[in-house]
Amino acid sequence: MAELTPTTYPVTRADLVAYAGASGDPNPIHQDPAVARSVGLPDVIAHGMYTLALVARYVDEQLGESGRIVELGAKFTKPVVVPESGTEVRVEGTWRDERTIALRVTCGDQTVLGNPVAVVRA
Amino acid sequence: MAVEASLAGRTFPPTTSYDVTEQAVAAFAAATGTPYRSGGPAPATFPIVVAFGAMQALMVDPEVGIELHHVVHGQQRFVHARPVVVGDRLTATLTVTGLRQIAGTDIIATSSAITDATGALVCTAEATLVHQAGA
Repeated sequence: MAELTPTTYPVTRADLVAYAGASGDPNPIHQDPAVARSVGLPDVIAHGMYTLALVARYVDEQLGESGRIVELGAKFTKPVVVPESGTEVRVEGTWRDERTIALRVTCGDQTVLGNPVAVVRA
Repeated sequence: MAVEASLAGRTFPPTTSYDVTEQAVAAFAAATGTPYRSGGPAPATFPIVVAFGAMQALMVDPEVGIELHHVVHGQQRFVHARPVVVGDRLTATLTVTGLRQIAGTDIIATSSAITDATGALVCTAEATLVHQAGA
């Protein structure tokens, strides 16, 4: 099966603030370290939907075209912790069949999404 | 408190309509670095903006009994009939498709049908919400 090109995306707190505004999800655990720690997280975490949006971005970039994704889903299994200095999320995909891309999404040595899969229009 | 077992199968009223603007799609694409050309398809996860409204309505409904600060987004899936485009007027109608209760945790499966102004289905947004019922 054909491998797609792995891509690493930087993720900063400013990105999360922009995403909170653009998506309408103001939950402070994605912006305020004090609130994140108060609920037992090590630091601010990315919205699960932010990480899934990066997967959609990856598929669009790999296909060189927007609007071909017909199905996209994943489990949010581990948080993407975003310290003040930022972090990186790595996405790699493999064609499972002619329409289905199985993905692997990691932050550091940890897999953060469970069974991320995209199905695209031919 | 755990949520009511009768929640399973319940469909909530449609959200108020959401007009997809160039500004909203461009901001969403920019925040995630997603390639976007003016007038083209919105990013594949953009419908979360509309689905989120329907999920909020579920979570704040006092009859449902969800404690908002104890909810984690467990899983998300989109099935697109077509991409969202600027000018769409979208409405989300959420149905609770499943409810499992395991040791004080409610696993609430939802499916939001996102339709356009003609009533045609644009996207189905399936979200699993994990609710840790407070002691």
